[in-house]
Amino acid sequence: MEKKIIFALSVISLVVLFVLASVYFEDQQTEKIESMAMVDTAVFDRGHSQWLGSEEAKVVITEFFDPGCETCRAFHPFLLKILSHYDGKTKLVKRYAPLHLGADKMVMILEASKQQGKYWETLDVMFESQQHWASHSNPQPENIWQFLPETGLDIDKLKADMSLPEIRGILQQDMMDAKTLNVRKTPQFFVNGRPLLEFGDRQLLQLIQSEIDKHYPNQNVN
Amino acid sequence: MTSSEQKSNTNWTILFIAWLMASTGTLGSLFFSEVMEFAPCTLCWYQRIFMYPLVITLGIGLFPLDKNAIRYSLPLAVAGWLFALYHNLLYSGIIPESLQPCRQGVSCTEKYIDLFGFLTIPMLSLILFTAITALLVILKRRLS
Repeated sequence: MEKKIIFALSVISLVVLFVLASVYFEDQQTEKIESMAMVDTAVFDRGHSQWLGSEEAKVVITEFFDPGCETCRAFHPFLLKILSHYDGKTKLVKRYAPLHLGADKMVMILEASKQQGKYWETLDVMFESQQHWASHSNPQPENIWQFLPETGLDIDKLKADMSLPEIRGILQQDMMDAKTLNVRKTPQFFVNGRPLLEFGDRQLLQLIQSEIDKHYPNQNVN
Repeated sequence: MTSSEQKSNTNWTILFIAWLMASTGTLGSLFFSEVMEFAPCTLCWYQRIFMYPLVITLGIGLFPLDKNAIRYSLPLAVAGWLFALYHNLLYSGIIPESLQPCRQGVSCTEKYIDLFGFLTIPMLSLILFTAITALLVILKRRLS
């Protein structure tokens, strides 16, 4: 009988220890990122990134994404909806965390398309054709070239622009900041420097709403 | 308490400690991958394959104390120990990097943690597998 009690107590203490350690670890991570947000806001927006929404917005959503990531594609329309819902109050900053194989190539294409003012069109085509080039088991980034003409881009100019030194700089800076902020999965969101801890559309909306309430008090947004 | 009862209690304690170690290793590795989000490399997966079932086989062997549990658990512990040994040799550079069987993605030699200069994750694994194997061998001797 005594042995069963020892065993049961061990199981309970191991599980409790695991849960406590997890909670403690998450708290530490959040604290670390939030204190960083106060000291160095630049880590969330270096000013070189493409953004949507309002320049004067007090709620800045930083998204680290990968053009080859399925969830990033699925989230994109949802983000656009959020921006139009909180029109004038939110700004979405698109930053890169190219984790998929060949995704860094996609980032360079995106950045080069900026030179022709077709960033968002290119991103749309990239997401739409994603299944043809970003398969996890057999990624074929070269396939993207079949779809890029749909954007109306000058492909020769695009190819030349891809080697611009500032593009490599942007890619490296984003990857460095992603590492600093411990971005290991995409998409990862930070709203005014506060990390989205539990992933999900509802959770993201809650986080944004709490920042809206903080920065735009006494206003009814509906 | 008779001496045979005492002996049986010691045997139970040995098996219990082995179970406790396997459980700690299991939860610890889950903590690294699920909470700290370190992606497990190929070799880590093989060690997990041999560590996780020990929680069940050793745990069942405790109630009632069943020496067959050694029969089922020892091969798992030895296999896990071999993988852990190999992993540590790779990690410390004794086996050259070019021989490593890891694929692109997660390297088996990437250092995630390093406590006190020697306690790396593969080292923790090797310590646990060594201890569990040793306890099971001792128990086997005591029971035969």
